[in-house]
Amino acid sequence: MYVAVKGGARAIDNAHAWLAEERRGDRTVPEMTVAQIREQMGLAVNRVMAEGSLYDPDLAALAIKQARGDLIEAIFLIRAYRTTLPRFGGAQPIDTGNMACDRRISATFKDVPGGQVLGPTFDYTHRLLDFMLAADGDVPEAAMGDPAGDPVPHVTEFLNSEGLIQPEPESDAVPRDLTREPLELPADRALRLQSLARADEGFLLGLAYSTQRGYARNHAFVGELRIGSVAVEMDIPDLGFAIEIGEITVTECETVNQFTGSKTEPPQFTRGYGLVFGQTERKAIAMALVDRAMRWEELGEENVGAPAQDTEFVLSHCDNIQATGFLEHIKLPHYVDFQSELELIRKLRAQAKAAGQEDAT
Amino acid sequence: MGHAALSGGFRDAPIQAAHVFRAAMTATAQPGTILPVRGATPPAPLSVAAGALLLTLCDGDTPVHLAGKLDDPSLRDWLTFHTGAPLCDPQESAFAIGEWEDLAPLNRFSIGTPEYPDRAATLIVELDKLEATGATLRGPGIQNEAKLSLPDITAFQDNAARFPLGCDFFFTCGNRLAALPRSTKVTR
Amino acid sequence: MTADQYNFAYLDEQTKRMIRRAILKGLAVPGYQVPFASREMPMPYGWGTGGVQVTAATLVPDDRLKVIDQGADDTTNAVSIRKFFERTAGVAVTEATTEASIIQTRHRIPETPLREGQILVYQVPIPEPLRFLEPRETETRKMHALEEYGLMHVKLYEDIARHGTIATAYAYPVQVEGRYVMDPSPIPKFDNPKLESPAIQLFGAGREQRIYALPPYTQVVSLDFEDHPFDPSRADYPCAVCGAVDSYLDEVITDDAGGRMFLCSDTDYCGQRQAAGHTGTEGAP
Repeated sequence: MYVAVKGGARAIDNAHAWLAEERRGDRTVPEMTVAQIREQMGLAVNRVMAEGSLYDPDLAALAIKQARGDLIEAIFLIRAYRTTLPRFGGAQPIDTGNMACDRRISATFKDVPGGQVLGPTFDYTHRLLDFMLAADGDVPEAAMGDPAGDPVPHVTEFLNSEGLIQPEPESDAVPRDLTREPLELPADRALRLQSLARADEGFLLGLAYSTQRGYARNHAFVGELRIGSVAVEMDIPDLGFAIEIGEITVTECETVNQFTGSKTEPPQFTRGYGLVFGQTERKAIAMALVDRAMRWEELGEENVGAPAQDTEFVLSHCDNIQATGFLEHIKLPHYVDFQSELELIRKLRAQAKAAGQEDAT
Repeated sequence: MGHAALSGGFRDAPIQAAHVFRAAMTATAQPGTILPVRGATPPAPLSVAAGALLLTLCDGDTPVHLAGKLDDPSLRDWLTFHTGAPLCDPQESAFAIGEWEDLAPLNRFSIGTPEYPDRAATLIVELDKLEATGATLRGPGIQNEAKLSLPDITAFQDNAARFPLGCDFFFTCGNRLAALPRSTKVTR
Repeated sequence: MTADQYNFAYLDEQTKRMIRRAILKGLAVPGYQVPFASREMPMPYGWGTGGVQVTAATLVPDDRLKVIDQGADDTTNAVSIRKFFERTAGVAVTEATTEASIIQTRHRIPETPLREGQILVYQVPIPEPLRFLEPRETETRKMHALEEYGLMHVKLYEDIARHGTIATAYAYPVQVEGRYVMDPSPIPKFDNPKLESPAIQLFGAGREQRIYALPPYTQVVSLDFEDHPFDPSRADYPCAVCGAVDSYLDEVITDDAGGRMFLCSDTDYCGQRQAAGHTGTEGAP
């Protein structure tokens, strides 16, 4: 007599218990605290905040711990939490011109007002494994300089004042909110940037790289890359003015790209833009290149059919939570559909065989 | 804003709204079916059913048009306080509410676009009587035919003729409601 | 955070209103895919987030919920979703099709005929029936607007030219009330005739942000050609346990020497039949 497999509920409970044990690992090794992850895995925390679209280093660190270091899983935990939060309102646009910069570099000028500030970067480290870290080596304190008090001007503004770079029209229009409305195509630039800001870093990296290698090359220079803290302000209706509700660290990348021009318009450089939570410069640079590639239509360029130019393609596939969900769901039971294909292929083969025999006679 | 504006909402919104939605959904899925709802006590002359529908379906994302004598300060305050829905002209409305004569002409309301037929207005029509008699209804949701005391015939025939574009209707009377989506074919 | 801190049926009221409005428009335009601002749910995209959101927006506390995956109540994801709603909505659950007021399903329509008043909620991966012929949303949206379904007929016809028959075994496209071509979700085509039903049928695609619906008794026609009529085939065996000859069957491999048997995919249907004394070759004596 055949007895069907039962016990789905028990299997799930057992799997979860085992998972918790694996997450903890060897119990003779001290457990990591959320604070340790927040302080010592800062770039992972930043990525989780950026792609999770929630600026909260403690929750991001908790998510990383719970996800056993799987950052996409951690991002998913943050997204699922974020969507349950009540909304109190929208902040004023942040003013990156007033950023307290930890890092600020321009590739387009040797020196710029405000100076080149390397900040905490891997750029010129020699990638040699530091075995001192394995031996719990203490880190000597870094030398302190005096912070420059004045706001650091945006490099692209120098070009703008000469009319050398295409200006961005100002707008007070409230942008649409990707997290509260279904994505509608074609999407305007505000919506595209919103989507890229929470897009998968690896996906954007690959797309941006493809533009550099000729798939819609846009001759990008890093006009400026700046990382630092900015104030977040919010209008309080009862007060009638905006107050500062906190500070966040962001990375902003403005690229200066190949120029356009026509018989009526003198040539001008064009721009790409990236803005991401936390210190996330690979993502911000990639975002700026992909943003620029998707602007081909408004800038009167040719669509060469490159993936990075294809707005619908990029926006439909850049979200790693959507992508990983759909990719991984094919491991769920599909035996009903498979059975229907099995029946069909057997039928087709039987028909082909019968037809073959008929031909032979 | 008076005391009346602050009262008359759902006491337990998650549960009451769920019940009202189920009635609204069943009515839409089975045109002609008349169902009771409760939970809202809006200021007169708005009916309980119309008030319950507004509380269940409207919020800051849905501009509402109050037609004719329903466009009065106490109702405006009540709707704004309980739903946050912005008040608007017929053209911009996602929902409109009024007596049949006050909602005419219907061509002021959005019927959606060929790409997005869902972007059409939903009209809540307050009626003096709501019975399963009168016009004959056929179409999706109806096994053979249904009857409903519609306030008009040709207007609904014209609306259905535009399918998949068109407005969708709820009819309310006291604590009861019925629906007539654009997919329903109406005959005398 | 404990389950108690979440709203009834998990979603906040504003999200439910948005979903409810989409459901109503979906019912008003049967077969048309209504865009909705799908939320991130506490289970991954692909695990039924669309169906879960539709169910959450539709449930009332006195509902009795049944959840099936592949026709079975005991598959892990069905268990997980049922548990989710027991916890967040406190609703009663059942495995009996006849007792359920709402049934959430992945890949099957129950064998027991549904009745008026019941609601069937489908989990949908790719709601766009034209997607595999035209990957662009901007294009397929135009095709639906213009009722331009030639591409689909060409595809089906090419199947016939190559294989002698329409080579689509599941997610077999249908046309609703002679207007919208619709994806019935990946149900086997065996289930297609059951799409004309006295129940309300709601379809939720979370990742793709679409909701669509079929009111009761809506005309649903599986696409075909006069000389190649639609054929809702099934494996030509009785269920080994209950002897049913009218149910969709799972094929179970029993050994590594080619042994196999066929069983009802609908576990409730099979169980009810056994309880009524029906038996197959492998059934209880």
